[in-house]
Amino acid sequence: MIDQIEKNLLKEIADLHGIPEGAYNIRKNGQTESRSENANVTIVTKTDKPGIDIYVKPGTTKQSIHIPVIISKSGLEEVVYNDFHIGQDAEVVIIAGCGIHNSGACASKHDGIHTFYLEKNAKVTYVEKHYGDGEGTGEKIMNPQTILYLGENAYLEMNTTQIKGVDSTDRITKATLEAGASVVVSEKIMTHGKQYARTEFQVDLNGEGSSAHVVSRSVAKDQSHQIFDSLINGNSKCAGHTECDAIVMDDATVSAIPRINANNVEAALVHEAVIGKIAGEQLIKFMTLGLSEKEAEEQIVSGFLK
Amino acid sequence: MRKMWYNGRRTNLYIGESPNGGTMLSLDRISFSVETEQGRKQILKDVSFTIDSPFTVITGPNGGGKSTLAKIISGIYTPDSGKIYFNGQDITDLGVTERARLGVSYAFQTPVRFKGITVSDILKIAAGKDLSVSEACECLSNVGLCARDYLDREINNSLSGGELKRIEIATVLARKTPLAVFDEPEAGIDLWSFGSLIKVFENMRDSVNGSIVIISHQERIMNIADKIVVISAGQVERQGTKDEILPYLFKHDSMCDALKGKV
Repeated sequence: MIDQIEKNLLKEIADLHGIPEGAYNIRKNGQTESRSENANVTIVTKTDKPGIDIYVKPGTTKQSIHIPVIISKSGLEEVVYNDFHIGQDAEVVIIAGCGIHNSGACASKHDGIHTFYLEKNAKVTYVEKHYGDGEGTGEKIMNPQTILYLGENAYLEMNTTQIKGVDSTDRITKATLEAGASVVVSEKIMTHGKQYARTEFQVDLNGEGSSAHVVSRSVAKDQSHQIFDSLINGNSKCAGHTECDAIVMDDATVSAIPRINANNVEAALVHEAVIGKIAGEQLIKFMTLGLSEKEAEEQIVSGFLK
Repeated sequence: MRKMWYNGRRTNLYIGESPNGGTMLSLDRISFSVETEQGRKQILKDVSFTIDSPFTVITGPNGGGKSTLAKIISGIYTPDSGKIYFNGQDITDLGVTERARLGVSYAFQTPVRFKGITVSDILKIAAGKDLSVSEACECLSNVGLCARDYLDREINNSLSGGELKRIEIATVLARKTPLAVFDEPEAGIDLWSFGSLIKVFENMRDSVNGSIVIISHQERIMNIADKIVVISAGQVERQGTKDEILPYLFKHDSMCDALKGKV
């Protein structure tokens, strides 16, 4: 049974108001709570370690797969391995996410290791949200790893969001691309209090005509600290772009370490990093429209992370 | 007398007949200076004039202090000395937000860009309420933009200077305040768009229920003014009706040169 607190976690991470349509696997407090498969999507529990294998048949289209994880028990720590095998020409939307409600004093921790194998021409939209709440003092910790293998002409778009309540996160995303494949990563993070968030991207553009576009937008408030570390290796004729755009407020700190390696004369690589406080003229413009300084700040931040 | 509503807030303003006998805005001996490497520089010196007609144009050579004056009216800059009265109320010590809420609007000469904020978002903030599509459409069509193409666009570098400028003007129109100050609305607008911009101000002039102040170098804009104030070297050089000022401006050599450079 899913109770009210857990329903709220599901709503926050997966926009789910109940049991989703399509294939799904809901993991709750370290166990599979419920699962649904269909003719095109098979979900198999791993026998050697915690986690599941998800198989999407070649040619599958218009399918969505939900794999939310919710933790409502204080002090639960887990490492979960989920592998996605996406068949040739398949086109799917995968919605993952982790919500932790910690009402106790012990740390709750979920480390999800997601590996994607995309066959030729497969197309995946991967949406991941992280959310924490609960009145307890126990920390809510998430250390997700996403490993992407993109076959010829495969395409993966990854949207990750962590806006609220996660005390500590150390995210690693690694991608290897074959010819014509492309990956688009968009990350949004907001930290407050004494939170810590580190994100690391490593992309290997191995195939001719492959491309990567990694964009991180973040806001660091209070005494929080963020590190953005990205590396794109251009190993063939390819295009790579990495961008970190951060707003710092209060006593927060942000470090950006963008790196691009051109290992081929035809590799076209760009990195951009902008870190700064909210521009004074943006605040003034909104104040001339009747907002207070604080209201103006809220509008600018929420727009930036939209 | 008619009470006015805007931004969902009731105000104590009386349109067309303010408590002190029709004067919307009054500047009384405003002086302003800035600290530079060469010492203090006087930008405005004892500037006094009143805005009591629907359509006032402030003109004069570049560097004369016009934009500074607009920022002093909107509360962005605080004068060293002097007083500002809005509908008879001393607003000299009020901040930007308070003046905006009283009914002062200000269109920037260089519009500000925002990441992630759409045209629709800023119009809602400006109007102080959710706008229906038809209301938003009205705001944008007034500045010659089609709502369908623009409402979801972000106010960032993907928009041209002219588009940003029109959106800036639309945010001020959406507020429907008794006083609106436009700082060089023609700057950054191509000739092609300029004709339609003039129409925007002509329409505003016809439908105005408050006062519009435009800082401009454009004769076509001055031509629709009730009153023209010439600011030069930080002082009011001359003020009067269009018929009094225009002949002076275009006879006066130094002023003419300064203006020619802009037209």
